[in-house]
Amino acid sequence: MQLELQGRIIKSGTAEGIALVSALPIGFLGGVDPETGVVIEPGHPLEGQSVAGRVLVFPTGKGSTVGSYTLYRMALGGTAPAAILNAESEAIVAVGAIIGDIPMVDGIDISQIQTGDLVRLDADRITVER
Amino acid sequence: MSNTLRLTDEEQAMLGGEAGPGVQKAMEIVAALGQIYGAADLVPVASVQVAGVSYKNLGDAGLEFLQAWAREDPQGTRARVPATLNPAGMDLRTWRELGFPAGFARQQEAIIAAYTALGITPTCTCTPYQVGHVPRFGQHLAWAESSAVSYANSVLGARTNREGGPSALAAAITGRTARYGLHLDENRRATLIVDVHCPMTSEADLGALGYLTGRQVGNGVPYFRFHSLRPADCHLKALGAAMAASGAVALYHVEGMTPEAKDLDPIRAASCSAALCNPVVKRSGQSPSTPLHCGITSSPRDSISHGTPTVVVDDLTPGYAALNGTCEQIDLVSLGCPHASLEELQAIADYLDGRRVKAALWITTAYLTREVGLARGLVERIQAAGARVVADTCMVVAPVAALGFRTMATNSAKMAFYTPSHSGLSVRFGPMEQCLEAAVTGKWTVKRQASI
Repeated sequence: MQLELQGRIIKSGTAEGIALVSALPIGFLGGVDPETGVVIEPGHPLEGQSVAGRVLVFPTGKGSTVGSYTLYRMALGGTAPAAILNAESEAIVAVGAIIGDIPMVDGIDISQIQTGDLVRLDADRITVER
Repeated sequence: MSNTLRLTDEEQAMLGGEAGPGVQKAMEIVAALGQIYGAADLVPVASVQVAGVSYKNLGDAGLEFLQAWAREDPQGTRARVPATLNPAGMDLRTWRELGFPAGFARQQEAIIAAYTALGITPTCTCTPYQVGHVPRFGQHLAWAESSAVSYANSVLGARTNREGGPSALAAAITGRTARYGLHLDENRRATLIVDVHCPMTSEADLGALGYLTGRQVGNGVPYFRFHSLRPADCHLKALGAAMAASGAVALYHVEGMTPEAKDLDPIRAASCSAALCNPVVKRSGQSPSTPLHCGITSSPRDSISHGTPTVVVDDLTPGYAALNGTCEQIDLVSLGCPHASLEELQAIADYLDGRRVKAALWITTAYLTREVGLARGLVERIQAAGARVVADTCMVVAPVAALGFRTMATNSAKMAFYTPSHSGLSVRFGPMEQCLEAAVTGKWTVKRQASI
Protein backbone atom coordinates (compact mmCIF):
# COMPACT_ATOMS: atom_id res chain seq x y z
CA MET A 1 0.00 0.00 0.00
CA GLN A 2 1.36 3.38 -0.93
CA LEU A 3 -0.16 6.71 -0.07
CA GLU A 4 0.82 10.26 -0.97
CA LEU A 5 0.07 13.22 1.27
CA GLN A 6 0.83 16.86 0.87
CA GLY A 7 1.20 19.38 3.65
CA ARG A 8 2.68 22.76 4.47
CA ILE A 9 6.42 23.17 4.94
CA ILE A 10 7.54 24.24 8.39
CA LYS A 11 11.17 23.28 7.84
CA SER A 12 12.18 22.19 4.40
CA GLY A 13 14.20 19.02 3.96
CA THR A 14 14.25 15.40 2.92
CA ALA A 15 14.01 12.48 5.30
CA GLU A 16 13.03 8.86 5.53
CA GLY A 17 12.15 6.70 8.49
CA ILE A 18 9.70 4.44 10.25
CA ALA A 19 6.68 6.28 11.54
CA LEU A 20 5.95 6.63 15.24
CA VAL A 21 2.41 7.92 15.58
CA SER A 22 0.75 9.53 18.59
CA ALA A 23 -2.90 10.51 18.67
CA LEU A 24 -2.14 12.88 21.53
CA PRO A 25 0.00 16.03 21.60
CA ILE A 26 3.64 15.87 22.63
CA GLY A 27 5.38 18.29 24.98
CA PHE A 28 9.12 17.99 24.56
CA LEU A 29 10.29 19.62 27.76
CA GLY A 30 9.73 17.05 30.44
CA GLY A 31 7.86 14.79 28.02
CA VAL A 32 10.87 13.46 26.15
CA ASP A 33 14.32 12.64 27.55
CA PRO A 34 16.71 14.61 25.33
CA GLU A 35 19.62 12.28 26.16
CA THR A 36 17.89 9.17 24.80
CA GLY A 37 14.91 10.41 22.78
CA VAL A 38 12.57 8.31 24.91
CA VAL A 39 9.08 9.61 25.67
CA ILE A 40 8.86 9.88 29.46
CA GLU A 41 5.55 11.65 30.10
CA PRO A 42 3.62 9.34 32.44
CA GLY A 43 0.53 7.92 30.77
CA HIS A 44 1.44 9.16 27.31
CA PRO A 45 0.56 6.66 24.55
CA LEU A 46 4.20 6.70 23.41
CA GLU A 47 5.65 6.40 26.90
CA GLY A 48 8.81 4.30 26.87
CA GLN A 49 9.34 4.55 23.11
CA SER A 50 12.23 6.41 21.50
CA VAL A 51 11.59 9.06 18.86
CA ALA A 52 15.23 9.06 17.72
CA GLY A 53 15.48 8.63 13.97
CA ARG A 54 11.74 8.06 13.61
CA VAL A 55 9.29 10.03 11.53
CA LEU A 56 7.37 11.41 14.49
CA VAL A 57 3.69 12.01 13.78
CA PHE A 58 1.43 13.80 16.26
CA PRO A 59 -1.43 16.31 16.19
CA THR A 60 0.35 19.32 17.72
CA GLY A 61 2.78 20.41 20.40
CA LYS A 62 1.93 21.26 23.98
CA GLY A 63 3.55 22.28 27.25
CA SER A 64 6.59 24.39 27.94
CA THR A 65 7.84 27.04 25.56
CA VAL A 66 11.36 25.79 26.34
CA GLY A 67 10.50 22.72 24.23
CA SER A 68 12.16 24.39 21.23
CA TYR A 69 15.54 24.08 22.96
CA THR A 70 14.82 20.48 23.92
CA LEU A 71 14.35 19.64 20.25
CA TYR A 72 17.50 21.59 19.41
CA ARG A 73 19.49 19.62 21.98
CA MET A 74 18.15 16.39 20.56
CA ALA A 75 19.15 17.42 17.03
CA LEU A 76 22.69 18.15 18.11
CA GLY A 77 22.85 15.02 20.23
CA GLY A 78 21.53 12.65 17.59
CA THR A 79 18.29 11.73 19.40
CA ALA A 80 15.94 13.89 17.37
CA PRO A 81 13.26 12.50 15.09
CA ALA A 82 14.25 12.14 11.43
CA ALA A 83 11.25 14.30 10.59
CA ILE A 84 8.14 15.71 12.26
CA LEU A 85 4.62 15.59 10.86
CA ASN A 86 1.80 17.49 12.56
CA ALA A 87 -1.88 17.95 11.90
CA GLU A 88 -1.55 21.56 13.05
CA SER A 89 1.78 22.87 14.24
CA GLU A 90 2.43 25.49 16.87
CA ALA A 91 5.40 27.77 17.35
CA ILE A 92 7.30 25.81 19.98
CA VAL A 93 7.85 22.66 17.93
CA ALA A 94 8.14 24.70 14.71
CA VAL A 95 10.95 26.85 16.08
CA GLY A 96 12.66 23.76 17.48
CA ALA A 97 12.53 22.14 14.04
CA ILE A 98 13.81 25.31 12.36
CA ILE A 99 16.83 25.85 14.60
CA GLY A 100 17.46 22.10 14.88
CA ASP A 101 17.23 21.60 11.12
CA ILE A 102 14.63 18.83 11.48
CA PRO A 103 12.41 18.52 8.37
CA MET A 104 8.86 19.28 9.39
CA VAL A 105 5.51 19.47 7.63
CA ASP A 106 2.05 20.22 9.01
CA GLY A 107 -1.47 20.27 7.63
CA ILE A 108 -1.33 16.48 7.38
CA ASP A 109 -4.23 14.12 8.04
CA ILE A 110 -2.28 12.10 10.56
CA SER A 111 -4.98 9.42 10.82
CA GLN A 112 -3.68 8.16 7.47
CA ILE A 113 -0.35 7.11 8.98
CA GLN A 114 0.26 4.18 11.31
CA THR A 115 3.19 3.37 13.54
CA GLY A 116 5.52 1.13 11.56
CA ASP A 117 4.81 2.68 8.15
CA LEU A 118 7.80 3.62 6.04
CA VAL A 119 7.53 7.36 5.46
CA ARG A 120 9.50 9.51 3.04
CA LEU A 121 9.41 13.28 3.16
CA ASP A 122 10.58 15.64 0.45
CA ALA A 123 9.72 19.31 1.02
CA ASP A 124 5.89 19.26 1.35
CA ARG A 125 5.34 15.79 -0.18
CA ILE A 126 4.93 12.74 2.01
CA THR A 127 4.98 9.15 0.80
CA VAL A 128 3.65 6.45 3.13
CA GLU A 129 4.30 2.74 2.53
CA ARG A 130 2.74 -0.05 4.53
CA MET B 1 6.15 28.58 1.67
CA SER B 2 3.49 31.16 1.05
CA ASN B 3 4.45 34.71 0.20
CA THR B 4 1.64 36.46 2.00
CA LEU B 5 3.93 38.09 4.59
CA ARG B 6 4.52 41.80 3.92
CA LEU B 7 7.66 43.28 5.41
CA THR B 8 8.36 46.96 5.84
CA ASP B 9 11.46 48.45 4.25
CA GLU B 10 13.20 48.38 7.60
CA GLU B 11 12.26 44.73 8.14
CA GLN B 12 13.46 43.83 4.64
CA ALA B 13 16.73 45.51 5.42
CA MET B 14 17.08 43.52 8.63
CA LEU B 15 16.41 40.32 6.71
CA GLY B 16 19.01 41.33 4.16
CA GLY B 17 21.68 41.70 6.80
CA GLU B 18 21.88 45.49 6.83
CA ALA B 19 21.54 45.58 10.61
CA GLY B 20 24.17 42.89 11.09
CA PRO B 21 24.20 39.08 11.06
CA GLY B 22 22.72 38.69 14.54
CA VAL B 23 19.67 40.76 13.63
CA GLN B 24 19.45 38.94 10.30
CA LYS B 25 19.28 35.56 12.02
CA ALA B 26 16.61 36.88 14.39
CA MET B 27 14.53 38.25 11.53
CA GLU B 28 14.82 34.93 9.67
CA ILE B 29 13.14 33.19 12.60
CA VAL B 30 10.44 35.85 12.99
CA ALA B 31 9.73 35.94 9.25
CA ALA B 32 9.71 32.14 8.96
CA LEU B 33 7.05 31.92 11.65
CA GLY B 34 5.10 34.68 9.94
CA GLN B 35 5.10 32.82 6.65
CA ILE B 36 4.25 29.51 8.29
CA TYR B 37 1.25 30.94 10.13
CA GLY B 38 0.01 33.07 7.24
CA ALA B 39 0.58 36.38 9.01
CA ALA B 40 -0.16 39.44 6.89
CA ASP B 41 2.69 41.32 8.47
CA LEU B 42 4.79 41.70 11.60
CA VAL B 43 3.68 43.66 14.64
CA PRO B 44 5.99 45.72 16.85
CA VAL B 45 6.01 44.40 20.40
CA ALA B 46 5.97 46.36 23.62
CA SER B 47 7.94 43.80 25.59
CA VAL B 48 9.43 40.34 25.44
CA GLN B 49 9.72 37.57 28.02
CA VAL B 50 12.45 35.10 27.13
CA ALA B 51 12.27 31.45 28.16
CA GLY B 52 15.07 28.92 27.97
CA VAL B 53 17.32 30.11 30.78
CA SER B 54 18.03 27.22 33.09
CA TYR B 55 21.17 25.26 32.28
CA LYS B 56 19.18 22.16 33.19
CA ASN B 57 16.97 22.83 30.15
CA LEU B 58 19.41 24.40 27.72
CA GLY B 59 22.39 22.17 28.29
CA ASP B 60 25.69 22.89 26.62
CA ALA B 61 23.95 22.87 23.22
CA GLY B 62 21.62 25.70 24.23
CA LEU B 63 24.43 27.76 25.76
CA GLU B 64 26.48 27.38 22.60
CA PHE B 65 23.44 28.41 20.55
CA LEU B 66 23.07 31.63 22.55
CA GLN B 67 26.74 32.49 22.43
CA ALA B 68 26.93 31.82 18.69
CA TRP B 69 23.99 34.13 17.99
CA ALA B 70 25.82 37.31 18.96
CA ARG B 71 29.38 36.15 18.28
CA GLU B 72 29.79 37.77 14.85
CA ASP B 73 28.32 41.10 15.89
CA PRO B 74 28.02 41.55 19.65
CA GLN B 75 27.43 45.30 19.47
CA GLY B 76 24.67 45.07 16.91
CA THR B 77 22.83 42.08 18.34
CA ARG B 78 20.86 43.48 21.24
CA ALA B 79 17.25 43.69 22.41
CA ARG B 80 15.39 46.64 20.88
CA VAL B 81 12.48 46.48 23.31
CA PRO B 82 12.24 45.84 27.06
CA ALA B 83 13.03 42.18 27.53
CA THR B 84 12.96 40.10 30.69
CA LEU B 85 14.17 36.65 31.57
CA ASN B 86 12.63 33.45 32.85
CA PRO B 87 13.88 31.71 35.98
CA ALA B 88 17.38 30.27 35.91
CA GLY B 89 18.40 26.88 37.26
CA MET B 90 19.61 28.29 40.58
CA ASP B 91 19.53 31.24 42.96
CA LEU B 92 22.11 33.49 41.33
CA ARG B 93 23.46 34.87 44.61
CA THR B 94 23.08 32.07 47.18
CA TRP B 95 23.53 28.94 45.04
CA ARG B 96 26.61 27.81 46.90
CA GLU B 97 25.03 27.71 50.34
CA LEU B 98 21.92 26.02 48.88
CA GLY B 99 24.08 23.18 47.61
CA PHE B 100 23.94 23.67 43.85
CA PRO B 101 26.86 21.94 42.09
CA ALA B 102 29.71 24.25 41.08
CA GLY B 103 29.93 22.90 37.53
CA PHE B 104 26.24 23.60 37.01
CA ALA B 105 26.66 27.08 38.47
CA ARG B 106 29.50 27.95 36.11
CA GLN B 107 27.47 27.06 33.04
CA GLN B 108 24.39 28.81 34.42
CA GLU B 109 26.36 31.99 34.98
CA ALA B 110 27.61 31.80 31.40
CA ILE B 111 24.00 31.62 30.18
CA ILE B 112 23.01 34.67 32.22
CA ALA B 113 26.06 36.51 30.89
CA ALA B 114 25.10 35.64 27.30
CA TYR B 115 21.56 36.99 27.79
CA THR B 116 22.79 40.11 29.58
CA ALA B 117 25.16 40.79 26.71
CA LEU B 118 22.12 40.63 24.42
CA GLY B 119 20.49 43.39 26.46
CA ILE B 120 17.96 41.21 28.27
CA THR B 121 17.24 42.17 31.89
CA PRO B 122 17.98 39.18 34.15
CA THR B 123 14.75 39.36 36.16
CA CYS B 124 14.79 35.56 36.30
CA THR B 125 11.12 35.23 37.13
CA CYS B 126 8.11 33.59 35.48
CA THR B 127 5.96 36.41 36.91
CA PRO B 128 7.36 39.62 35.40
CA TYR B 129 3.94 41.16 36.02
CA GLN B 130 4.52 40.83 39.76
CA VAL B 131 7.74 42.84 39.68
CA GLY B 132 6.89 45.90 37.67
CA HIS B 133 6.79 44.59 34.10
CA VAL B 134 3.06 44.87 33.59
CA PRO B 135 1.62 44.78 30.06
CA ARG B 136 -1.40 46.89 29.28
CA PHE B 137 -4.71 45.81 27.80
CA GLY B 138 -4.39 45.36 24.05
CA GLN B 139 -0.59 45.62 23.94
CA HIS B 140 1.15 43.25 21.56
CA LEU B 141 3.90 41.24 23.21
CA ALA B 142 6.21 38.35 22.40
CA TRP B 143 6.30 36.34 25.60
CA ALA B 144 7.53 32.82 26.10
CA GLU B 145 6.98 31.07 29.45
CA SER B 146 3.61 29.44 29.21
CA SER B 147 2.17 30.56 32.56
CA ALA B 148 3.18 34.19 31.98
CA VAL B 149 1.65 34.12 28.49
CA SER B 150 -1.58 32.83 30.00
CA TYR B 151 -1.64 35.57 32.64
CA ALA B 152 -0.77 38.39 30.22
CA ASN B 153 -3.45 37.36 27.73
CA SER B 154 -6.20 36.36 30.09
CA VAL B 155 -5.91 38.51 33.20
CA LEU B 156 -4.43 41.63 31.61
CA GLY B 157 -5.91 41.44 28.13
CA ALA B 158 -2.56 41.87 26.40
CA ARG B 159 -1.87 39.91 23.23
CA THR B 160 0.81 37.30 22.79
CA ASN B 161 1.19 33.86 21.33
CA ARG B 162 3.04 31.09 23.14
CA GLU B 163 6.39 32.00 21.69
CA GLY B 164 9.13 29.38 21.74
CA GLY B 165 12.24 30.34 23.71
CA PRO B 166 14.29 31.16 20.60
CA SER B 167 11.43 32.95 18.84
CA ALA B 168 10.94 35.25 21.84
CA LEU B 169 14.64 36.05 21.73
CA ALA B 170 14.36 36.75 18.02
CA ALA B 171 11.44 39.07 18.76
CA ALA B 172 13.52 40.95 21.33
CA ILE B 173 16.35 41.46 18.85
CA THR B 174 14.08 42.61 16.02
CA GLY B 175 11.44 44.30 18.15
CA ARG B 176 8.74 42.45 16.25
CA THR B 177 6.75 39.26 16.06
CA ALA B 178 4.46 37.79 13.42
CA ARG B 179 0.91 39.06 13.62
CA TYR B 180 -1.02 35.79 13.83
CA GLY B 181 -2.85 33.72 16.41
CA LEU B 182 -3.77 35.63 19.54
CA HIS B 183 -2.73 38.98 18.10
CA LEU B 184 -5.98 38.82 16.12
CA ASP B 185 -9.47 39.41 17.56
CA GLU B 186 -11.08 36.41 15.96
CA ASN B 187 -8.72 33.97 17.66
CA ARG B 188 -9.40 35.32 21.14
CA ARG B 189 -12.94 34.06 21.45
CA ALA B 190 -13.84 31.15 23.66
CA THR B 191 -14.03 27.71 22.09
CA LEU B 192 -15.26 25.78 25.12
CA ILE B 193 -17.37 26.69 28.11
CA VAL B 194 -16.20 25.13 31.35
CA ASP B 195 -19.04 25.20 33.83
CA VAL B 196 -17.55 24.53 37.25
CA HIS B 197 -20.11 23.07 39.61
CA CYS B 198 -17.90 21.60 42.29
CA PRO B 199 -16.75 23.76 45.20
CA MET B 200 -13.42 25.53 44.59
CA THR B 201 -11.72 26.18 47.89
CA SER B 202 -7.99 26.61 47.23
CA GLU B 203 -5.34 27.42 44.67
CA ALA B 204 -4.75 23.66 44.39
CA ASP B 205 -8.39 23.19 43.32
CA LEU B 206 -7.79 25.73 40.56
CA GLY B 207 -4.61 23.88 39.60
CA ALA B 208 -6.41 20.54 39.43
CA LEU B 209 -9.14 22.17 37.35
CA GLY B 210 -6.49 23.64 35.07
CA TYR B 211 -4.77 20.28 34.68
CA LEU B 212 -8.04 18.61 33.64
CA THR B 213 -9.08 21.47 31.37
CA GLY B 214 -5.70 21.67 29.66
CA ARG B 215 -5.85 18.01 28.75
CA GLN B 216 -9.36 18.46 27.46
CA VAL B 217 -9.04 21.63 25.46
CA GLY B 218 -5.49 21.43 24.07
CA ASN B 219 -4.86 24.84 22.52
CA GLY B 220 -8.45 26.02 22.70
CA VAL B 221 -9.75 29.02 24.65
CA PRO B 222 -11.75 27.96 27.71
CA TYR B 223 -14.40 30.20 29.22
CA PHE B 224 -14.90 29.50 32.90
CA ARG B 225 -18.10 29.93 34.79
CA PHE B 226 -17.62 29.67 38.53
CA HIS B 227 -20.57 29.51 40.85
CA SER B 228 -19.02 29.57 44.30
CA LEU B 229 -15.80 31.46 43.84
CA ARG B 230 -14.54 34.81 42.68
CA PRO B 231 -10.96 33.85 41.81
CA ALA B 232 -8.13 35.76 43.43
CA ASP B 233 -4.83 36.41 41.72
CA CYS B 234 -3.15 33.33 43.22
CA HIS B 235 -6.02 31.24 41.87
CA LEU B 236 -5.65 32.62 38.36
CA LYS B 237 -1.89 32.11 38.42
CA ALA B 238 -2.43 28.46 39.38
CA LEU B 239 -5.18 27.90 36.82
CA GLY B 240 -3.29 29.41 33.90
CA ALA B 241 -0.02 27.68 34.73
CA ALA B 242 -1.66 24.25 34.97
CA MET B 243 -3.55 24.59 31.68
CA ALA B 244 -0.44 25.76 29.87
CA ALA B 245 1.48 22.71 31.09
CA SER B 246 -1.03 19.89 30.63
CA GLY B 247 -2.36 21.48 27.47
CA ALA B 248 -1.37 24.44 25.35
CA VAL B 249 -3.78 27.02 26.65
CA ALA B 250 -2.56 30.56 26.12
CA LEU B 251 -5.81 32.40 26.74
CA TYR B 252 -8.85 31.82 28.89
CA HIS B 253 -11.78 33.90 30.08
CA VAL B 254 -13.50 33.99 33.44
CA GLU B 255 -17.10 35.11 33.33
CA GLY B 256 -17.67 38.44 34.96
CA MET B 257 -14.02 38.92 35.75
CA THR B 258 -11.35 38.89 33.08
CA PRO B 259 -11.29 41.95 30.80
CA GLU B 260 -12.29 40.31 27.55
CA ALA B 261 -15.04 38.26 29.17
CA LYS B 262 -16.74 41.50 30.03
CA ASP B 263 -15.99 43.59 26.95
CA LEU B 264 -16.51 41.20 24.08
CA ASP B 265 -18.99 38.56 23.32
CA PRO B 266 -16.57 35.83 24.24
CA ILE B 267 -18.49 32.87 22.94
CA ARG B 268 -18.16 31.94 19.35
CA ALA B 269 -20.32 29.33 17.79
CA ALA B 270 -18.21 26.29 17.17
CA SER B 271 -19.15 22.88 15.95
CA CYS B 272 -18.67 20.28 18.63
CA SER B 273 -15.59 18.50 17.34
CA ALA B 274 -14.50 15.18 18.69
CA ALA B 275 -11.19 16.63 19.74
CA LEU B 276 -12.87 18.98 22.18
CA CYS B 277 -15.57 16.76 23.51
CA ASN B 278 -14.26 13.58 24.95
CA PRO B 279 -16.77 12.51 27.54
CA VAL B 280 -14.74 9.71 29.06
CA VAL B 281 -11.53 10.88 30.65
CA LYS B 282 -9.21 7.97 31.21
CA ARG B 283 -6.18 8.05 33.46
CA SER B 284 -3.69 5.23 33.56
CA GLY B 285 -4.31 3.11 36.59
CA GLN B 286 -7.70 4.68 37.19
CA SER B 287 -11.02 3.05 36.51
CA PRO B 288 -12.89 4.95 33.82
CA SER B 289 -14.87 7.75 35.27
CA THR B 290 -16.80 10.56 33.73
CA PRO B 291 -15.97 13.65 35.71
CA LEU B 292 -16.27 15.79 32.61
CA HIS B 293 -19.40 15.28 30.67
CA CYS B 294 -20.12 17.20 27.56
CA GLY B 295 -23.30 18.42 26.04
CA ILE B 296 -24.43 21.00 23.61
CA THR B 297 -26.30 23.43 25.76
CA SER B 298 -27.80 26.78 25.44
CA SER B 299 -28.71 28.61 28.54
CA PRO B 300 -31.62 31.00 28.67
CA ARG B 301 -29.60 33.36 30.85
CA ASP B 302 -26.97 34.44 28.38
CA SER B 303 -25.88 34.56 24.81
CA ILE B 304 -24.35 31.16 24.24
CA SER B 305 -25.05 29.97 20.76
CA HIS B 306 -26.25 26.53 19.94
CA GLY B 307 -23.23 24.46 19.07
CA THR B 308 -20.80 25.96 21.57
CA PRO B 309 -19.54 22.98 23.45
CA THR B 310 -19.92 23.00 27.20
CA VAL B 311 -18.10 20.84 29.67
CA VAL B 312 -19.39 20.51 33.20
CA VAL B 313 -16.84 19.92 35.92
CA ASP B 314 -18.34 18.47 39.07
CA ASP B 315 -15.44 16.46 40.40
CA LEU B 316 -11.76 17.31 40.72
CA THR B 317 -10.76 13.90 42.08
CA PRO B 318 -9.29 12.67 38.77
CA GLY B 319 -7.08 15.75 38.64
CA TYR B 320 -5.78 15.21 42.16
CA ALA B 321 -5.33 11.50 41.44
CA ALA B 322 -3.28 12.16 38.31
CA LEU B 323 -1.06 14.68 40.06
CA ASN B 324 -0.41 12.65 43.22
CA GLY B 325 2.10 9.87 43.70
CA THR B 326 2.11 7.61 46.72
CA CYS B 327 5.09 8.83 48.73
CA GLU B 328 4.57 9.55 52.44
CA GLN B 329 7.97 10.83 53.54
CA ILE B 330 8.51 14.27 52.09
CA ASP B 331 12.08 15.51 51.45
CA LEU B 332 11.20 18.87 49.94
CA VAL B 333 8.13 21.08 50.03
CA SER B 334 8.16 23.41 47.07
CA LEU B 335 5.95 26.50 46.99
CA GLY B 336 6.03 29.35 44.52
CA CYS B 337 5.23 27.95 41.09
CA PRO B 338 4.48 30.40 39.52
CA HIS B 339 6.69 32.62 41.67
CA ALA B 340 5.27 33.58 45.03
CA SER B 341 3.75 37.00 45.51
CA LEU B 342 4.32 39.14 48.58
CA GLU B 343 0.87 38.11 49.80
CA GLU B 344 1.83 34.45 49.58
CA LEU B 345 5.07 35.13 51.48
CA GLN B 346 2.96 36.86 54.12
CA ALA B 347 0.59 33.88 54.43
CA ILE B 348 3.50 31.46 54.70
CA ALA B 349 5.25 33.57 57.34
CA ASP B 350 2.02 33.73 59.34
CA TYR B 351 1.67 29.94 59.27
CA LEU B 352 5.30 29.28 60.17
CA ASP B 353 5.45 31.60 63.19
CA GLY B 354 6.24 29.45 66.23
CA ARG B 355 6.88 26.34 64.10
CA ARG B 356 9.94 24.48 62.79
CA VAL B 357 10.09 22.46 59.59
CA LYS B 358 11.38 18.88 59.37
CA ALA B 359 11.43 18.69 55.59
CA ALA B 360 13.21 21.22 53.40
CA LEU B 361 10.77 24.01 52.56
CA TRP B 362 11.79 26.18 49.64
CA ILE B 363 9.59 29.07 48.57
CA THR B 364 10.63 30.29 45.15
CA THR B 365 10.07 33.86 44.10
CA ALA B 366 11.54 36.74 42.13
CA TYR B 367 14.65 38.40 43.51
CA LEU B 368 12.81 41.71 43.81
CA THR B 369 9.96 40.11 45.75
CA ARG B 370 12.47 38.58 48.15
CA GLU B 371 14.08 41.99 48.65
CA VAL B 372 10.75 43.49 49.68
CA GLY B 373 10.08 40.43 51.82
CA LEU B 374 13.41 41.01 53.54
CA ALA B 375 12.56 44.63 54.20
CA ARG B 376 9.25 43.65 55.75
CA GLY B 377 10.73 40.98 57.99
CA LEU B 378 8.87 38.17 56.22
CA VAL B 379 11.99 36.35 55.07
CA GLU B 380 13.44 36.41 58.58
CA ARG B 381 10.25 34.87 60.01
CA ILE B 382 10.26 32.18 57.33
CA GLN B 383 13.93 31.42 57.92
CA ALA B 384 13.35 31.21 61.68
CA ALA B 385 11.22 28.14 60.99
CA GLY B 386 14.08 26.58 59.03
CA ALA B 387 12.57 27.32 55.63
CA ARG B 388 14.18 29.20 52.74
CA VAL B 389 13.05 31.90 50.35
CA VAL B 390 14.88 31.11 47.12
CA ALA B 391 15.17 33.62 44.27
CA ASP B 392 15.67 33.37 40.51
CA THR B 393 14.67 29.75 40.12
CA CYS B 394 12.06 27.09 40.76
CA MET B 395 12.05 23.40 41.40
CA VAL B 396 10.96 22.56 37.86
CA VAL B 397 14.04 24.11 36.25
CA ALA B 398 16.51 23.51 39.09
CA PRO B 399 18.44 20.22 39.25
CA VAL B 400 16.45 18.93 42.24
CA ALA B 401 17.67 15.36 42.02
CA ALA B 402 21.29 16.55 42.07
CA LEU B 403 20.41 18.50 45.22
CA GLY B 404 19.58 15.21 46.90
CA PHE B 405 15.78 15.34 46.97
CA ARG B 406 13.73 12.26 46.13
CA THR B 407 10.19 13.20 47.14
CA MET B 408 8.36 16.51 46.90
CA ALA B 409 5.13 18.11 48.00
CA THR B 410 3.75 21.11 46.16
CA ASN B 411 0.58 23.18 45.80
CA SER B 412 1.32 23.79 42.12
CA ALA B 413 -0.38 21.57 39.56
CA LYS B 414 2.17 22.70 36.98
CA MET B 415 5.03 21.56 39.20
CA ALA B 416 3.29 18.32 40.17
CA PHE B 417 2.72 17.59 36.48
CA TYR B 418 6.30 18.19 35.34
CA THR B 419 8.32 16.92 38.28
CA PRO B 420 8.04 13.12 37.99
CA SER B 421 9.18 13.03 34.35
CA HIS B 422 11.40 16.11 34.26
CA SER B 423 13.12 15.65 37.60
CA GLY B 424 12.51 12.04 38.55
CA LEU B 425 11.00 12.82 41.95
CA SER B 426 7.85 11.34 43.43
CA VAL B 427 5.26 14.05 44.10
CA ARG B 428 2.36 14.90 46.37
CA PHE B 429 -0.08 17.68 45.43
CA GLY B 430 -2.49 19.61 47.61
CA PRO B 431 -3.30 23.09 48.92
CA MET B 432 -0.69 25.29 50.56
CA GLU B 433 -1.75 24.50 54.10
CA GLN B 434 -1.48 20.76 53.50
CA CYS B 435 1.99 21.32 52.04
CA LEU B 436 3.06 23.48 54.97
CA GLU B 437 1.86 20.84 57.37
CA ALA B 438 3.93 18.26 55.45
CA ALA B 439 6.94 20.53 55.84
CA VAL B 440 6.45 20.62 59.62
CA THR B 441 5.78 16.90 60.09
CA GLY B 442 7.92 15.56 57.25
CA LYS B 443 4.97 13.43 56.13
CA TRP B 444 2.06 13.79 53.72
CA THR B 445 -1.26 13.49 55.52
CA VAL B 446 -4.37 12.59 53.54
CA LYS B 447 -7.07 15.18 53.94
CA ARG B 448 -10.60 15.70 52.72
CA GLN B 449 -12.11 13.77 49.84
CA ALA B 450 -11.16 16.12 47.04
CA SER B 451 -7.44 15.79 47.71
CA ILE B 452 -5.57 12.52 47.94
